[in-house]
Amino acid sequence: MGDKKKQKLQPNQQRYQAFQQKRETKRPVFKNCIKAFLIGGFICFIGQLISTFYIYQFNFTEKTAGNPTIATLIFITMLLTGFGVYDRIAQVAGAGSAVPVTGFGNAVISSAIEYRSEGFILGVGSNMLKLAGPVIVYGVFSAFVVAIIKTILTQWGGF
Amino acid sequence: MLKGHQSWIFENRPAILSTGTIGGPFEAKGNIPEAFDTLHEDMWLNQDSWEKAQQKMLEEAIQTTLKKARIEKENIEFLIAGDLINQMTPTSFAASTSSIPFLGAFSACATSMESLALAASIINAKGANYILCAASSHNAATEKQFRYPTEYGGQKPPTSQWTVTGAGCALVAQNGTGPAVTSATIGKVADMGMTDPFNMGGAMAIAAADTIEAHLRDLQIDPSYYDLIITGDLGHVGREVSFDLLRDRNIPIESEKYVDCGITIYREDQPVLAGGSGAACSAIVTYGHYLQEVIKGNLQRILVVATGSLHSTLSIQQKAPIPCIAHAVSIEARGEHL
Repeated sequence: MGDKKKQKLQPNQQRYQAFQQKRETKRPVFKNCIKAFLIGGFICFIGQLISTFYIYQFNFTEKTAGNPTIATLIFITMLLTGFGVYDRIAQVAGAGSAVPVTGFGNAVISSAIEYRSEGFILGVGSNMLKLAGPVIVYGVFSAFVVAIIKTILTQWGGF
Repeated sequence: MLKGHQSWIFENRPAILSTGTIGGPFEAKGNIPEAFDTLHEDMWLNQDSWEKAQQKMLEEAIQTTLKKARIEKENIEFLIAGDLINQMTPTSFAASTSSIPFLGAFSACATSMESLALAASIINAKGANYILCAASSHNAATEKQFRYPTEYGGQKPPTSQWTVTGAGCALVAQNGTGPAVTSATIGKVADMGMTDPFNMGGAMAIAAADTIEAHLRDLQIDPSYYDLIITGDLGHVGREVSFDLLRDRNIPIESEKYVDCGITIYREDQPVLAGGSGAACSAIVTYGHYLQEVIKGNLQRILVVATGSLHSTLSIQQKAPIPCIAHAVSIEARGEHL
Protein backbone atom coordinates (compact mmCIF):
# COMPACT_ATOMS: atom_id res chain seq x y z
CA MET A 1 0.00 0.00 0.00
CA GLY A 2 2.75 2.42 1.01
CA ASP A 3 4.72 1.70 -2.18
CA LYS A 4 1.63 1.96 -4.34
CA LYS A 5 0.87 5.35 -2.82
CA LYS A 6 4.39 6.53 -3.46
CA GLN A 7 4.29 5.51 -7.11
CA LYS A 8 1.37 7.85 -7.73
CA LEU A 9 3.37 10.83 -6.51
CA GLN A 10 5.23 13.07 -8.90
CA PRO A 11 9.03 13.08 -8.56
CA ASN A 12 8.98 16.61 -7.10
CA GLN A 13 6.37 15.50 -4.54
CA GLN A 14 8.51 12.52 -3.58
CA ARG A 15 11.54 14.75 -3.22
CA TYR A 16 9.63 17.22 -1.05
CA GLN A 17 8.24 14.47 1.16
CA ALA A 18 11.70 13.05 1.74
CA PHE A 19 13.03 16.57 2.42
CA GLN A 20 10.20 17.23 4.86
CA GLN A 21 10.46 13.88 6.58
CA LYS A 22 14.08 14.53 7.50
CA ARG A 23 13.01 17.62 9.44
CA GLU A 24 9.87 16.20 10.99
CA THR A 25 9.82 15.68 14.76
CA LYS A 26 9.50 11.92 15.17
CA ARG A 27 7.10 10.24 17.54
CA PRO A 28 9.13 8.92 20.48
CA VAL A 29 7.75 5.41 19.89
CA PHE A 30 9.83 3.53 22.48
CA LYS A 31 9.18 6.10 25.24
CA ASN A 32 5.47 6.14 24.31
CA CYS A 33 5.31 2.33 24.56
CA ILE A 34 6.83 2.33 28.04
CA LYS A 35 4.49 5.09 29.24
CA ALA A 36 1.50 3.29 27.70
CA PHE A 37 2.57 0.04 29.38
CA LEU A 38 2.95 1.64 32.81
CA ILE A 39 -0.19 3.82 32.75
CA GLY A 40 -2.30 1.13 31.05
CA GLY A 41 -1.07 -1.33 33.65
CA PHE A 42 -1.90 1.10 36.44
CA ILE A 43 -5.48 1.48 35.15
CA CYS A 44 -5.81 -2.32 35.11
CA PHE A 45 -4.36 -2.43 38.64
CA ILE A 46 -7.09 -0.04 39.82
CA GLY A 47 -9.63 -2.23 38.02
CA GLN A 48 -8.29 -5.25 39.88
CA LEU A 49 -8.56 -3.41 43.21
CA ILE A 50 -12.17 -2.49 42.49
CA SER A 51 -12.94 -6.04 41.43
CA THR A 52 -11.35 -7.48 44.58
CA PHE A 53 -13.27 -4.95 46.67
CA TYR A 54 -16.58 -6.11 45.15
CA ILE A 55 -15.71 -9.77 45.69
CA TYR A 56 -14.76 -9.37 49.34
CA GLN A 57 -17.18 -6.65 50.44
CA PHE A 58 -20.25 -7.79 48.48
CA ASN A 59 -21.28 -11.23 47.41
CA PHE A 60 -19.77 -11.17 43.93
CA THR A 61 -17.78 -13.99 42.44
CA GLU A 62 -14.79 -13.54 40.13
CA LYS A 63 -17.15 -14.00 37.17
CA THR A 64 -19.91 -11.64 38.29
CA ALA A 65 -17.62 -8.89 39.61
CA GLY A 66 -16.69 -7.89 36.01
CA ASN A 67 -19.79 -5.84 35.24
CA PRO A 68 -19.85 -3.64 38.37
CA THR A 69 -16.08 -3.14 38.00
CA ILE A 70 -16.47 -1.89 34.45
CA ALA A 71 -19.37 0.35 35.47
CA THR A 72 -17.26 1.86 38.26
CA LEU A 73 -14.30 2.46 35.93
CA ILE A 74 -16.56 4.12 33.38
CA PHE A 75 -18.09 6.27 36.11
CA ILE A 76 -14.62 7.45 37.17
CA THR A 77 -13.78 8.09 33.49
CA MET A 78 -16.93 10.15 33.16
CA LEU A 79 -15.82 12.41 36.00
CA LEU A 80 -12.27 12.69 34.65
CA THR A 81 -13.56 13.45 31.14
CA GLY A 82 -16.09 16.00 32.36
CA PHE A 83 -13.49 17.83 34.43
CA GLY A 84 -11.12 17.89 31.46
CA VAL A 85 -8.43 15.65 32.97
CA TYR A 86 -8.71 12.49 30.85
CA ASP A 87 -7.45 14.04 27.60
CA ARG A 88 -4.37 15.33 29.44
CA ILE A 89 -3.63 11.88 30.85
CA ALA A 90 -4.14 10.46 27.35
CA GLN A 91 -1.58 12.78 25.75
CA VAL A 92 1.03 11.12 27.99
CA ALA A 93 -0.44 7.61 28.16
CA GLY A 94 -1.44 7.10 24.49
CA ALA A 95 -2.61 3.51 24.02
CA GLY A 96 -2.33 3.02 27.80
CA SER A 97 -5.48 5.05 28.35
CA ALA A 98 -7.14 4.25 25.02
CA VAL A 99 -7.14 0.45 25.11
CA PRO A 100 -8.73 -0.23 28.55
CA VAL A 101 -12.50 0.17 28.91
CA THR A 102 -11.88 3.70 30.22
CA GLY A 103 -10.75 4.73 26.72
CA PHE A 104 -13.99 3.44 25.26
CA GLY A 105 -15.93 5.31 27.95
CA ASN A 106 -14.01 8.50 27.24
CA ALA A 107 -14.76 8.25 23.50
CA VAL A 108 -18.51 8.01 24.17
CA ILE A 109 -18.63 10.58 26.98
CA SER A 110 -16.49 13.22 25.25
CA SER A 111 -18.68 12.97 22.12
CA ALA A 112 -21.83 13.29 24.21
CA ILE A 113 -20.49 16.44 25.90
CA GLU A 114 -19.19 17.95 22.66
CA TYR A 115 -22.40 17.64 20.66
CA ARG A 116 -24.71 18.82 23.45
CA SER A 117 -24.86 22.22 21.68
CA GLU A 118 -26.65 20.58 18.72
CA GLY A 119 -29.45 19.22 20.91
CA PHE A 120 -30.28 15.83 22.44
CA ILE A 121 -31.46 14.02 19.29
CA LEU A 122 -29.28 15.19 16.38
CA GLY A 123 -26.47 16.25 18.68
CA VAL A 124 -25.89 13.86 21.57
CA GLY A 125 -28.04 11.01 20.19
CA SER A 126 -26.52 10.73 16.74
CA ASN A 127 -22.93 11.67 17.62
CA MET A 128 -22.42 9.84 20.90
CA LEU A 129 -21.10 6.71 19.19
CA LYS A 130 -19.26 8.57 16.44
CA LEU A 131 -15.87 7.45 17.76
CA ALA A 132 -16.94 4.34 19.68
CA GLY A 133 -19.31 3.08 16.95
CA PRO A 134 -16.60 1.45 14.80
CA VAL A 135 -15.35 -0.43 17.89
CA ILE A 136 -18.82 -1.91 18.42
CA VAL A 137 -19.41 -2.65 14.72
CA TYR A 138 -16.10 -4.42 14.18
CA GLY A 139 -16.10 -5.95 17.67
CA VAL A 140 -19.43 -7.64 17.01
CA PHE A 141 -18.45 -8.57 13.46
CA SER A 142 -15.14 -10.19 14.46
CA ALA A 143 -16.86 -12.04 17.33
CA PHE A 144 -19.31 -13.40 14.75
CA VAL A 145 -16.51 -14.52 12.44
CA VAL A 146 -14.61 -16.17 15.30
CA ALA A 147 -17.81 -17.92 16.45
CA ILE A 148 -18.43 -19.30 12.95
CA ILE A 149 -14.87 -20.58 12.71
CA LYS A 150 -15.17 -22.18 16.13
CA THR A 151 -18.49 -23.79 15.24
CA ILE A 152 -17.11 -25.18 11.99
CA LEU A 153 -14.06 -26.59 13.73
CA THR A 154 -15.96 -28.16 16.62
CA GLN A 155 -18.83 -29.52 14.49
CA TRP A 156 -16.87 -30.88 11.59
CA GLY A 157 -13.29 -30.79 12.70
CA GLY A 158 -13.82 -33.48 15.29
CA PHE A 159 -12.01 -31.54 18.05
CA MET B 1 -0.61 47.95 -9.70
CA LEU B 2 0.41 44.51 -10.88
CA LYS B 3 4.08 43.77 -10.59
CA GLY B 4 5.65 40.60 -11.90
CA HIS B 5 3.41 37.52 -12.10
CA GLN B 6 1.41 37.55 -8.92
CA SER B 7 2.17 40.67 -6.87
CA TRP B 8 0.58 44.03 -6.28
CA ILE B 9 2.37 47.26 -5.40
CA PHE B 10 0.19 49.68 -3.47
CA GLU B 11 1.62 53.01 -4.62
CA ASN B 12 -1.01 55.00 -2.67
CA ARG B 13 0.27 53.35 0.52
CA PRO B 14 -2.96 52.41 2.33
CA ALA B 15 -2.59 52.84 6.08
CA ILE B 16 -3.47 50.46 8.90
CA LEU B 17 -5.23 52.91 11.21
CA SER B 18 -5.94 50.61 14.10
CA THR B 19 -6.20 46.98 15.13
CA GLY B 20 -8.21 44.89 17.56
CA THR B 21 -7.07 41.57 19.03
CA ILE B 22 -9.01 39.23 21.30
CA GLY B 23 -7.71 36.07 22.93
CA GLY B 24 -8.69 33.23 25.24
CA PRO B 25 -7.33 31.93 28.54
CA PHE B 26 -4.61 29.77 26.99
CA GLU B 27 -3.31 32.75 24.99
CA ALA B 28 -3.28 34.85 28.17
CA LYS B 29 -0.72 32.44 29.60
CA GLY B 30 1.29 32.60 26.38
CA ASN B 31 4.39 34.42 25.26
CA ILE B 32 2.81 37.72 24.19
CA PRO B 33 -0.16 38.57 26.44
CA GLU B 34 0.49 42.28 25.82
CA ALA B 35 -0.45 41.77 22.15
CA PHE B 36 -4.11 41.39 23.06
CA ASP B 37 -6.62 44.19 23.61
CA THR B 38 -8.94 41.83 25.49
CA LEU B 39 -8.19 38.44 27.01
CA HIS B 40 -11.05 36.21 28.09
CA GLU B 41 -10.89 33.96 31.12
CA ASP B 42 -13.70 31.76 29.81
CA MET B 43 -13.47 29.73 26.58
CA TRP B 44 -17.26 29.97 26.28
CA LEU B 45 -17.49 33.78 26.59
CA ASN B 46 -20.86 33.18 28.31
CA GLN B 47 -22.24 31.68 25.08
CA ASP B 48 -23.85 28.25 24.70
CA SER B 49 -21.63 26.98 21.89
CA TRP B 50 -17.99 27.27 20.83
CA GLU B 51 -19.08 28.69 17.49
CA LYS B 52 -21.01 31.50 19.18
CA ALA B 53 -17.99 32.21 21.37
CA GLN B 54 -15.92 32.61 18.22
CA GLN B 55 -18.51 34.94 16.72
CA LYS B 56 -18.44 37.02 19.92
CA MET B 57 -14.66 37.35 19.76
CA LEU B 58 -14.82 38.55 16.17
CA GLU B 59 -17.50 41.09 17.07
CA GLU B 60 -15.35 42.33 19.93
CA ALA B 61 -12.29 42.58 17.67
CA ILE B 62 -14.27 44.70 15.20
CA GLN B 63 -15.65 46.95 17.95
CA THR B 64 -12.21 47.40 19.53
CA THR B 65 -10.67 48.32 16.17
CA LEU B 66 -13.34 50.93 15.49
CA LYS B 67 -13.13 52.32 19.01
CA LYS B 68 -9.37 52.72 18.85
CA ALA B 69 -9.60 54.53 15.50
CA ARG B 70 -12.53 56.64 16.78
CA ILE B 71 -14.51 55.86 13.65
CA GLU B 72 -18.21 55.00 13.54
CA LYS B 73 -19.07 51.73 11.81
CA GLU B 74 -21.35 53.63 9.39
CA ASN B 75 -18.19 55.05 7.80
CA ILE B 76 -16.78 51.61 7.03
CA GLU B 77 -17.47 50.56 3.45
CA PHE B 78 -16.55 46.89 3.61
CA LEU B 79 -15.71 44.07 5.97
CA ILE B 80 -13.52 41.31 4.53
CA ALA B 81 -13.23 38.37 6.90
CA GLY B 82 -13.23 34.62 7.23
CA ASP B 83 -12.68 31.66 9.54
CA LEU B 84 -12.32 27.88 9.51
CA ILE B 85 -15.77 26.67 10.56
CA ASN B 86 -18.06 25.13 7.92
CA GLN B 87 -19.33 27.82 5.55
CA MET B 88 -17.76 30.44 7.87
CA THR B 89 -20.91 30.94 9.92
CA PRO B 90 -19.23 32.66 12.92
CA THR B 91 -17.94 35.35 10.55
CA SER B 92 -21.27 35.67 8.76
CA PHE B 93 -23.13 36.14 12.05
CA ALA B 94 -20.61 38.71 13.23
CA ALA B 95 -20.97 40.51 9.89
CA SER B 96 -24.71 40.45 10.39
CA THR B 97 -24.55 42.11 13.82
CA SER B 98 -22.03 44.70 12.64
CA SER B 99 -24.15 45.40 9.51
CA ILE B 100 -21.18 46.42 7.38
CA PRO B 101 -21.24 45.31 3.70
CA PHE B 102 -19.44 41.98 3.85
CA LEU B 103 -17.11 39.95 1.67
CA GLY B 104 -16.30 36.46 2.92
CA ALA B 105 -12.73 35.30 2.39
CA PHE B 106 -11.38 31.81 2.85
CA SER B 107 -7.76 30.75 2.77
CA ALA B 108 -7.92 28.74 6.01
CA CYS B 109 -5.16 30.11 8.26
CA ALA B 110 -3.95 32.44 5.49
CA THR B 111 -7.27 34.32 5.60
CA SER B 112 -5.67 37.13 7.62
CA MET B 113 -3.31 38.13 4.82
CA GLU B 114 -5.76 37.36 2.03
CA SER B 115 -8.21 39.81 3.58
CA LEU B 116 -5.50 42.41 4.22
CA ALA B 117 -4.21 42.12 0.63
CA LEU B 118 -7.71 42.48 -0.80
CA ALA B 119 -8.52 45.41 1.49
CA ALA B 120 -5.30 47.21 0.58
CA SER B 121 -5.92 46.55 -3.10
CA ILE B 122 -9.44 48.00 -3.00
CA ILE B 123 -8.30 51.00 -0.95
CA ASN B 124 -5.34 51.55 -3.26
CA ALA B 125 -7.71 51.66 -6.26
CA LYS B 126 -9.88 54.15 -4.35
CA GLY B 127 -12.70 51.64 -4.23
CA ALA B 128 -13.31 52.48 -0.57
CA ASN B 129 -12.19 54.82 2.21
CA TYR B 130 -12.23 52.38 5.08
CA ILE B 131 -12.15 48.59 5.05
CA LEU B 132 -12.04 46.23 8.00
CA CYS B 133 -10.28 42.92 7.54
CA ALA B 134 -10.42 40.16 10.11
CA ALA B 135 -9.87 36.50 10.87
CA SER B 136 -10.89 34.36 13.83
CA SER B 137 -10.60 30.84 15.17
CA HIS B 138 -11.57 28.96 18.32
CA ASN B 139 -9.57 26.02 19.61
CA ALA B 140 -12.53 23.90 20.70
CA ALA B 141 -14.70 24.72 17.66
CA THR B 142 -11.83 23.77 15.35
CA GLU B 143 -10.98 20.60 17.29
CA LYS B 144 -14.64 19.58 17.13
CA GLN B 145 -14.87 20.07 13.37
CA PHE B 146 -11.47 18.89 12.19
CA ARG B 147 -10.28 16.46 14.86
CA TYR B 148 -11.94 14.87 17.88
CA PRO B 149 -14.24 16.11 20.65
CA THR B 150 -12.38 18.48 22.99
CA GLU B 151 -12.27 16.05 25.89
CA TYR B 152 -11.43 12.97 23.81
CA GLY B 153 -8.18 11.37 24.91
CA GLY B 154 -6.25 10.82 21.72
CA GLN B 155 -2.49 11.15 21.75
CA LYS B 156 -1.28 13.82 19.33
CA PRO B 157 2.05 13.44 17.54
CA PRO B 158 4.81 16.03 18.11
CA THR B 159 4.14 17.54 14.66
CA SER B 160 0.57 18.59 15.49
CA GLN B 161 -0.32 22.16 16.36
CA TRP B 162 -2.59 24.02 18.79
CA THR B 163 -5.38 26.14 17.28
CA VAL B 164 -5.40 29.67 18.65
CA THR B 165 -8.56 30.93 20.34
CA GLY B 166 -9.04 34.52 19.31
CA ALA B 167 -9.77 37.09 16.66
CA GLY B 168 -7.69 39.77 14.99
CA CYS B 169 -8.98 42.75 13.04
CA ALA B 170 -7.34 45.67 11.21
CA LEU B 171 -8.74 48.88 9.77
CA VAL B 172 -7.24 49.86 6.42
CA ALA B 173 -7.76 53.44 5.17
CA GLN B 174 -6.86 55.75 2.27
CA ASN B 175 -4.62 57.87 4.40
CA GLY B 176 -3.65 58.15 8.01
CA THR B 177 -0.76 57.92 10.37
CA GLY B 178 -0.49 54.15 10.76
CA PRO B 179 1.97 51.79 9.07
CA ALA B 180 1.54 51.44 5.31
CA VAL B 181 0.62 48.30 3.39
CA THR B 182 3.04 48.51 0.46
CA SER B 183 2.75 45.29 -1.52
CA ALA B 184 1.20 41.86 -1.58
CA THR B 185 1.86 38.56 -3.29
CA ILE B 186 -0.95 36.10 -3.88
CA GLY B 187 0.21 32.52 -3.51
CA LYS B 188 -0.45 29.44 -5.62
CA VAL B 189 -1.95 26.32 -4.11
CA ALA B 190 0.81 23.83 -3.47
CA ASP B 191 0.06 20.11 -3.29
CA MET B 192 2.96 17.92 -2.34
CA GLY B 193 0.83 14.84 -1.73
CA MET B 194 1.06 15.23 2.05
CA THR B 195 -1.89 13.54 3.73
CA ASP B 196 -1.25 13.83 7.47
CA PRO B 197 -3.55 16.45 9.03
CA PHE B 198 -1.43 16.26 12.18
CA ASN B 199 1.52 17.70 10.29
CA MET B 200 0.16 20.83 8.66
CA GLY B 201 3.39 22.77 9.21
CA GLY B 202 5.32 20.26 7.13
CA ALA B 203 2.67 20.40 4.41
CA MET B 204 2.40 24.20 4.32
CA ALA B 205 6.15 24.91 4.35
CA ILE B 206 6.42 24.56 0.56
CA ALA B 207 3.62 27.11 0.05
CA ALA B 208 5.40 29.62 2.29
CA ALA B 209 8.71 29.10 0.49
CA ASP B 210 7.05 29.42 -2.94
CA THR B 211 5.26 32.65 -2.03
CA ILE B 212 8.37 34.23 -0.47
CA GLU B 213 10.38 33.31 -3.54
CA ALA B 214 7.67 34.71 -5.85
CA HIS B 215 7.45 37.92 -3.82
CA LEU B 216 11.19 38.55 -3.92
CA ARG B 217 11.31 37.72 -7.64
CA ASP B 218 8.29 39.90 -8.57
CA LEU B 219 9.56 42.89 -6.59
CA GLN B 220 13.17 42.21 -7.49
CA ILE B 221 14.37 42.60 -3.95
CA ASP B 222 16.60 40.71 -1.57
CA PRO B 223 15.35 39.14 1.71
CA SER B 224 17.57 41.65 3.55
CA TYR B 225 15.12 44.36 2.39
CA TYR B 226 12.90 43.24 5.27
CA ASP B 227 13.74 43.53 8.94
CA LEU B 228 11.65 40.44 9.53
CA ILE B 229 9.97 37.81 7.40
CA ILE B 230 7.07 36.45 9.44
CA THR B 231 5.34 33.21 8.48
CA GLY B 232 1.80 32.51 9.63
CA ASP B 233 1.53 29.24 11.49
CA LEU B 234 4.18 26.83 10.31
CA GLY B 235 5.27 25.82 13.80
CA HIS B 236 8.71 24.37 14.52
CA VAL B 237 8.61 21.68 11.82
CA GLY B 238 7.29 23.92 9.03
CA ARG B 239 9.59 26.78 9.89
CA GLU B 240 12.64 24.58 9.62
CA VAL B 241 11.47 22.93 6.39
CA SER B 242 10.62 26.26 4.71
CA PHE B 243 13.86 27.86 5.90
CA ASP B 244 15.93 25.02 4.49
CA LEU B 245 13.90 25.07 1.25
CA LEU B 246 14.64 28.78 0.76
CA ARG B 247 18.30 28.21 1.52
CA ASP B 248 18.30 25.33 -0.99
CA ARG B 249 16.94 27.71 -3.62
CA ASN B 250 19.83 30.11 -2.94
CA ILE B 251 17.70 32.73 -1.24
CA PRO B 252 19.99 34.34 1.34
CA ILE B 253 17.57 34.35 4.24
CA GLU B 254 18.83 34.79 7.81
CA SER B 255 17.64 32.61 10.64
CA GLU B 256 17.17 35.40 13.21
CA LYS B 257 15.13 37.41 10.68
CA TYR B 258 12.80 34.52 9.89
CA VAL B 259 10.14 34.09 12.56
CA ASP B 260 6.81 32.29 12.80
CA CYS B 261 3.60 33.52 14.46
CA GLY B 262 2.78 29.98 15.63
CA ILE B 263 6.06 29.89 17.56
CA THR B 264 5.88 33.52 18.79
CA ILE B 265 2.42 33.27 20.35
CA TYR B 266 3.03 30.55 22.96
CA ARG B 267 5.71 29.88 25.52
CA GLU B 268 8.00 26.90 25.01
CA ASP B 269 6.65 25.16 28.10
CA GLN B 270 3.01 25.27 26.98
CA PRO B 271 1.77 21.90 25.66
CA VAL B 272 1.32 23.06 22.06
CA LEU B 273 3.68 20.49 20.47
CA ALA B 274 4.91 22.04 17.18
CA GLY B 275 3.32 25.46 17.84
CA GLY B 276 0.16 27.50 17.33
CA SER B 277 -2.11 27.50 14.29
CA GLY B 278 -5.55 28.69 13.22
CA ALA B 279 -6.87 31.67 11.30
CA ALA B 280 -6.51 33.91 14.34
CA CYS B 281 -2.85 33.00 14.87
CA SER B 282 -1.26 35.13 12.15
CA ALA B 283 -3.92 37.85 12.54
CA ILE B 284 -3.30 38.32 16.25
CA VAL B 285 0.48 38.03 16.21
CA THR B 286 0.81 40.33 13.18
CA TYR B 287 -1.66 43.00 14.29
CA GLY B 288 -1.11 42.77 18.02
CA HIS B 289 2.65 42.18 18.17
CA TYR B 290 4.75 42.80 15.04
CA LEU B 291 2.69 45.74 13.77
CA GLN B 292 3.09 47.40 17.16
CA GLU B 293 6.85 46.94 16.80
CA VAL B 294 6.62 48.78 13.46
CA ILE B 295 4.62 51.59 15.10
CA LYS B 296 7.16 51.83 17.93
CA GLY B 297 9.93 52.10 15.35
CA ASN B 298 11.69 48.87 16.33
CA LEU B 299 10.99 47.43 12.90
CA GLN B 300 10.88 49.34 9.60
CA ARG B 301 9.74 46.78 7.06
CA ILE B 302 8.10 43.41 7.60
CA LEU B 303 6.80 40.75 5.24
CA VAL B 304 3.97 38.67 6.66
CA VAL B 305 3.46 35.33 4.92
CA ALA B 306 0.29 33.74 6.30
CA THR B 307 0.00 30.04 5.51
CA GLY B 308 -3.13 27.93 5.22
CA SER B 309 -3.89 24.28 4.69
CA LEU B 310 -7.08 24.08 2.66
CA HIS B 311 -8.23 20.56 3.53
CA SER B 312 -11.59 19.51 4.91
CA THR B 313 -12.49 16.51 7.08
CA LEU B 314 -14.13 14.98 4.01
CA SER B 315 -11.04 15.33 1.82
CA ILE B 316 -8.85 13.84 4.57
CA GLN B 317 -11.17 10.85 5.02
CA GLN B 318 -11.15 10.28 1.27
CA LYS B 319 -7.34 10.17 1.49
CA ALA B 320 -6.91 13.28 -0.66
CA PRO B 321 -3.70 15.26 -0.18
CA ILE B 322 -3.63 18.56 1.72
CA PRO B 323 -3.65 21.58 -0.60
CA CYS B 324 -1.70 24.47 0.92
CA ILE B 325 -1.50 28.19 0.28
CA ALA B 326 0.43 31.22 1.47
CA HIS B 327 -0.22 34.92 0.88
CA ALA B 328 2.37 37.59 1.60
CA VAL B 329 1.76 41.22 2.54
CA SER B 330 4.50 43.75 3.23
CA ILE B 331 3.97 46.41 5.85
CA GLU B 332 6.28 49.40 6.26
CA ALA B 333 6.64 52.24 8.69
CA ARG B 334 5.39 55.64 7.48
CA GLY B 335 7.86 57.87 5.64
CA GLU B 336 9.70 54.97 4.03
CA HIS B 337 9.43 54.59 0.28
CA LEU B 338 9.93 51.60 -1.92
